[in-house]
Amino acid sequence: MEPKKRIRPINWLGPSIPFLAALAAFVLGAFMLLLLGANPIEAYAALIDGAFGSMNSIADTVVKATPLLFVGAGICVAFRGGVINIGGEGQLVVGALAATLAALTFTTWPAWALIPVCLLLGFLAGAVWGAIAGFLKAYYNVNEILTTIMMNQIAVQLMNYLLSGPIMDPVQIENGSFIPQTARFPAAADLPRLVPTRLHLGVLLAVVVAILVWVLLWRTTLGYRIRAVGLSPAAARRAGIRVEQYAMLALLISGALAGLGGAVQVLGVNHRMFTDGSATGFTSSAGFNGIVAALFGQLHPLGAIPASGLFGAMLVGANKMQRVVQVPSALITALNGLVVIFVVSSEIWRRQLARRQEMGAMREAALATAPAGEMT
Amino acid sequence: MIADLFAANVIIGILTSGIRLATPYLYASIGETFGQLSGVLNLGVDGMMLMGAYAGFYVTFHTGNPWLGLLVAILVGALMGLAMAFISVTLKAEQGISGIGVYLFGLGMSDLLFQKTLGTVETVSGFAPLNIPLLSDIPVLGTVFFSHNILVYGAFLLVPVAWFILNKTTLGLKIKAVGQNPAAADALGVSVARVRYATVTLGGALAGLAGASLSIALLNVFQQNLTSGMGFIAVALVYFGGWTPTGVLLGSLLFSSVNALQLWVQILGIPIPSDFAVMMPYVLTILALIFAVRKVNQPASLSKVFERGEG
Repeated sequence: MEPKKRIRPINWLGPSIPFLAALAAFVLGAFMLLLLGANPIEAYAALIDGAFGSMNSIADTVVKATPLLFVGAGICVAFRGGVINIGGEGQLVVGALAATLAALTFTTWPAWALIPVCLLLGFLAGAVWGAIAGFLKAYYNVNEILTTIMMNQIAVQLMNYLLSGPIMDPVQIENGSFIPQTARFPAAADLPRLVPTRLHLGVLLAVVVAILVWVLLWRTTLGYRIRAVGLSPAAARRAGIRVEQYAMLALLISGALAGLGGAVQVLGVNHRMFTDGSATGFTSSAGFNGIVAALFGQLHPLGAIPASGLFGAMLVGANKMQRVVQVPSALITALNGLVVIFVVSSEIWRRQLARRQEMGAMREAALATAPAGEMT
Repeated sequence: MIADLFAANVIIGILTSGIRLATPYLYASIGETFGQLSGVLNLGVDGMMLMGAYAGFYVTFHTGNPWLGLLVAILVGALMGLAMAFISVTLKAEQGISGIGVYLFGLGMSDLLFQKTLGTVETVSGFAPLNIPLLSDIPVLGTVFFSHNILVYGAFLLVPVAWFILNKTTLGLKIKAVGQNPAAADALGVSVARVRYATVTLGGALAGLAGASLSIALLNVFQQNLTSGMGFIAVALVYFGGWTPTGVLLGSLLFSSVNALQLWVQILGIPIPSDFAVMMPYVLTILALIFAVRKVNQPASLSKVFERGEG
C-alpha cells in the first residue's frame, strides 16, 4: 500500500502569537485612551506619525531601537540557553562606563583606534557583569534572576560614584553646579553619522550583531550546545555537554552584547555619560524593553530586528502622542508590559497545539508501521 | 565631620529611620514569602507597589482619609496579585518573564495615572506618628521603637503573625506542601491551584500595602517610579531570609539601616562617597545567596508549573 501523505496542519498560530498579543495590548490600550478622554484613533495616528512621519523621526525610531536590539540579541542567547537575564540595565550601564573611561583617557587617539577600543571595552565590561551572574549560577547554584537584579543596582551605584567624583566634568566642579555628568568626549570618539540625521554607525553594528547571533545559535556547535542546554539540561548532560559551562557562557554573551549596546549608546547618541541617580536615566529602560523586543521576536535574533524597530517606534511615537492628545507617554510602558504578559501567557495554546501535532504524528507513525492486514 | 555621625542624637536618628524604612520591605517581602513558599515566583512586586502607592495616595489626597487610601491600595494590590496568579497558575506562563511584564505595566500605569490625575508632586497628611503611651516615654528606646506611625508597627507585627500562620496552622502546612511537592499535596486532596491563588493574591495585597506605606505614611508624596526598584529588593530579601519571616526581618533591617545611614550622611553633608554604602547591601545579598542558599531548603517547585498527572 502506498503510504498516504498526510497534510500537516500549518502551524499558523506560532508566528502570529506576538502579533495577536500586540493587537490585544493595543485594543486594551484603546479602552484606556477612551477612559482618559482621548480618541484612540487620533492617538495611534499621532503615534505612527511621530515614529515614521519624517526622515528625522524615522532616524530617531531606528536610533531608539538600537539599544533594544543589542539587549534583545543577547536575551535570545540567554533565554535559548535556559538562563534568565534581567540584568540588561546594569550591563548597559557598565558597558557605557567602560567606553566613557576609555574616551576620556585616550583623548589624543584618532577615531580609527579610539572607537574600536571603546566598543571593545564596553563589550568586555558587559561580559564580566553577565559572567559574574553566570559563574554564581553555574558553580554556586545561585538564582541568576536575583544576581542580575543585584548587579543592576551595583552598576548604578558605581556609575553614581564615578560621575559625581572621579570622572565628573571639570566645568561642573569649577562652576560649583556639580551636575553628575562627564565632560563631552573628544570628537574622535563620536560614531560616524550615516546620513544627515541622528542615525549613527551603531545601528548597522546592531544589525550585524543580531545576524552573528543567529549564526552562532544555529550554525555553530557552540550555539547548538547552548540551545541543547536550554531545551533540556538533563538530556544535554547525558549527551556529554557540560551544562554549567554553557549556562555561564550564555549569560556572558548576553551581558557582553548589552555592554556593547551601552557603549554604542554613549558614543553614538549622548557623547557624554550622565546619571539621574537611577539606571533608567541613562538606559530609558532599554534593559527591560530589550527583553520585550526579544520575546516579541520569538527569541530569534533575526526576529528581534523588526521587533526592536517596532518598540523603538512606539517609544519615539509616544512623545508625539503625548503632545497631540495629552496622554502621557508612560502609556507605552504599560502597553509593553501587557505585550510581555500576553506573549508568555499565550504559550499555553502553543504548547497545546504542539502536543496535538505530536499526537497526530505519533498516530501517523503507528498507522504506517501497523501490519498491512489490519489496515483494510 | 565623620565624628558627627557618632553624636547621640544622630545615632538615635539613624536607628529610628532604620526601623521606619524597614516597613515597605517587610510588607512586600513577607507577602512574597507566602507566594514563593507555595511555588510561585512573583517578580512583579515593584509594579504592584507602585500601583498601591499611587492608589493610596490618590484616595487620601481627595478624601483626606488615609484609612480609605490604605484600603484601596490593598485592593488594587490584591487585584494585581490575582492577575499574576491567573497568569502563572491558570495560564502556566513562565513566571520570571511574566513578572517583568507585570512590573512594566505597574510602572507605566502608575506614572500615566499620576500625570493624568495629579500632574505635579503634591503632599498629603497621611498616617501621623502614634506614640505608644508609657513606652514612648522611655528615653532613647521610646523614640527609636515606639514613636512611629501605625503602618510601621503593623509591619513588625506581621512578622510573628506570618511565622505563626506558616508554622503552626494547617494552612501554613498546605502552603509549604504545595511548594515542596505539589503532586503529593494534590494526591492528598489539597488544591494546588487554590493555595497558589490565595498566596499570590495575598502577596499582591501586601505589596499594595507596602507601596501605600511609602506614599501615605513614610514620605507622604507620590511621584514617577516612587519605589525605584524596592520591589525587586523585596524579592531578593525572601531568598536572603531563607523563606522565613525572621530571616526576612533581618534582611529588611539590614537594607533599611544602610539606607538610613546614607540619608544621614547626606543630611550632615559628610564628604564620603555614600554610593558605596548604598552598594553594600546588594553585595551582601549576593554573598548571602552564595553561602546561605545551599544550606537552606528552597521550595522545590519554586517557579515550576504544576501539571496534574505529570508529577
